[in-house]
Amino acid sequence: MTGALQRFLPLVVTTAVLVVGFLICAAQFPNFASWRVVANLLTDNAFLGITAVGMTFVILSGGIDLSVGAVIGFTTVLLAVLIEQGGWHPVPAFAVALIAAGGFGAAMGGVIHVFQMPPFIVTLAGMFIARGLGFVLTTDSVPINHPLYGELNDMALRFDFGLKLTLPALLMLGVVVAAVVLAHWTRFGANLYALGGNRQSAELMGVPVARTTVAVYGLSGLLAGLAGIVFSLYTGAGYSLAATGVELDTITAVVIGGTQLTGGYGYVVGTFVGVLIQGLIQTYITFDGSLSSWWTKIAIGVLLFVFILLQKGLLVVWAGRGGEPAEA
Amino acid sequence: MTLSAPGPARNLPQYGALIAVLLANWLLFPDFFAIRLQDGRLFGSLIDVLNRGAPVALLAVGMTMVIATRGVDLSVGAVMAISGAIAATMTGAGWSLPAVLAASLAAGLLCGLWNGVLVAVLRIQPIIATLILMVAGRGIAQLVTEGQIVTFTSPALAFIGSGSFLTVPMPVVLTIVLLAVTALLVRATALGLMIEAVGINRLSSAGAGVNTPVVLVAVYVWCGLCAAVAGLIVTADIRGADANNAGLWLELDAILAVVVGGTSLLGGRFGLVLSVVGALIIQSMNTGILLSGFKPEFNLIVKAGVLLVVLLLQSPTLTLFLPRPRGARPIGTVKPPVAPTSGGAKP
Repeated sequence: MTGALQRFLPLVVTTAVLVVGFLICAAQFPNFASWRVVANLLTDNAFLGITAVGMTFVILSGGIDLSVGAVIGFTTVLLAVLIEQGGWHPVPAFAVALIAAGGFGAAMGGVIHVFQMPPFIVTLAGMFIARGLGFVLTTDSVPINHPLYGELNDMALRFDFGLKLTLPALLMLGVVVAAVVLAHWTRFGANLYALGGNRQSAELMGVPVARTTVAVYGLSGLLAGLAGIVFSLYTGAGYSLAATGVELDTITAVVIGGTQLTGGYGYVVGTFVGVLIQGLIQTYITFDGSLSSWWTKIAIGVLLFVFILLQKGLLVVWAGRGGEPAEA
Repeated sequence: MTLSAPGPARNLPQYGALIAVLLANWLLFPDFFAIRLQDGRLFGSLIDVLNRGAPVALLAVGMTMVIATRGVDLSVGAVMAISGAIAATMTGAGWSLPAVLAASLAAGLLCGLWNGVLVAVLRIQPIIATLILMVAGRGIAQLVTEGQIVTFTSPALAFIGSGSFLTVPMPVVLTIVLLAVTALLVRATALGLMIEAVGINRLSSAGAGVNTPVVLVAVYVWCGLCAAVAGLIVTADIRGADANNAGLWLELDAILAVVVGGTSLLGGRFGLVLSVVGALIIQSMNTGILLSGFKPEFNLIVKAGVLLVVLLLQSPTLTLFLPRPRGARPIGTVKPPVAPTSGGAKP
């Protein structure tokens, strides 16, 4: 096998699973292979996709961020309170929410770096704080009725062949493209991979570890904030219990997408495909109608297991050939 | 090793924190320590703290040993849901109590075995290995209950949740028994030492003759068992199984309890009793916030605050400012040596 094929194999397999899965669905349900289904797949999973991009960066750097679901929930509540109770225009409210979410993430990154604490536990505390702050603002589900929300929801890019991309879908695609550029064509991206590959080597090579750590958690927070805005557009409300468990869905998408949880190896595009696979399973179950919702969880668990085994198998093959290092 | 003072003094922060929280509760609610006997069972706020803290304390017992091996078990909440779902469904179908208990506990053991094999044999990172069951487990529990909230009326099973033995509520009794058995297993034998050795350095301990796969599998199996007992208690307490919500997020509370109890997430030395103390600290805070008439919304923020303070006290950076011998390094900063080419890791 050539080096390039080896490196892209997890990505290729993930994409193949998506394509084969879609074909199976299309063969079973005549209406499945339509642009409408594709458009819904993108719109329904937009907030998940945006969050998962941030999570990919964090995991590439060798960390983890358990706070993203709570940050989404907090953002929706903050927006609802500012717009409905504070009488703000949505645009400044969006700006405040993004700054708050990004600052929150950066603060967690700072704590992780300065005190050398495990990211798992720091972001767990962050999850409690963000959910708690949401509860303190309000425990009710507050509907957002600003006219701009209606306009933004009607906004869509329509193609002649029938595809209609809504604003959330466009935002997600934009974030994915920007993230690919950031990961592969900037110094920040290179630092990120170096940090995740081996922290000590990266430090010795002169990678600004402190700045990169703070930036990557800040970015994850910022994207969770953006996902929160999308979520509030999508549901038209702010609720402190919104997006519970999204941190797990995003981590699952990242793993299915072929990124290693030890850091240093993986692709943003893979995560995007991972999000779509999860969405596809849910769409399939909706189309089928007779399958119960819990099969989603079981199917995703099985997929996770298969993909992890595949990664392990690849690592063993690489280690045998002396090409890539085995787990550190 | 170097993170805190030797001897009993290192336990002081945890006991101090528990006493401080209890005293704060007492100041807010003067009857806090009042205990009365009614219908052959003890009642009172303090008993309530013990009773409600029991499921998390049970999870913390199993989780402590998993974390001591430098692992983590995210699936305990889902395992609770599975064991509860099996118990409620089988009881509803008319099975006898011993069969129900055996099936529920067996399910917990099986879940633990699955996690253990993934971690020990397939060498998957614990956080991902147990994520699989965390995601799929709740689906399995819903499969068992067919998506319904299954209720039952059997007083025999309900006894586990709301009965009492020698005036002490059953959940507390079960926790004490399981804690004692666990402590006996790990402290009266070399098992505890092996668990700590695996957590500090898996390769070295394998080289020193520790059968690391067996130790790891045993630890996850025990954690699964503890989770199954916790699931039984929760199901018996509410006389029903809710596959969606039983044990939801309790894995995080259990990890929190272990960390508050002073066991490092980087593995190594562990304290079983301290983890239970950690669970009690968390429960006393919850109870205190409820009793004080403070909005329960603040619960999570207070919890996060306590977590951060305890973590900061254990942080390597902070201990730099404290005097300690030259050259001493916190556990976990030393890179493990390169694996021997072959044979070294074999049992």
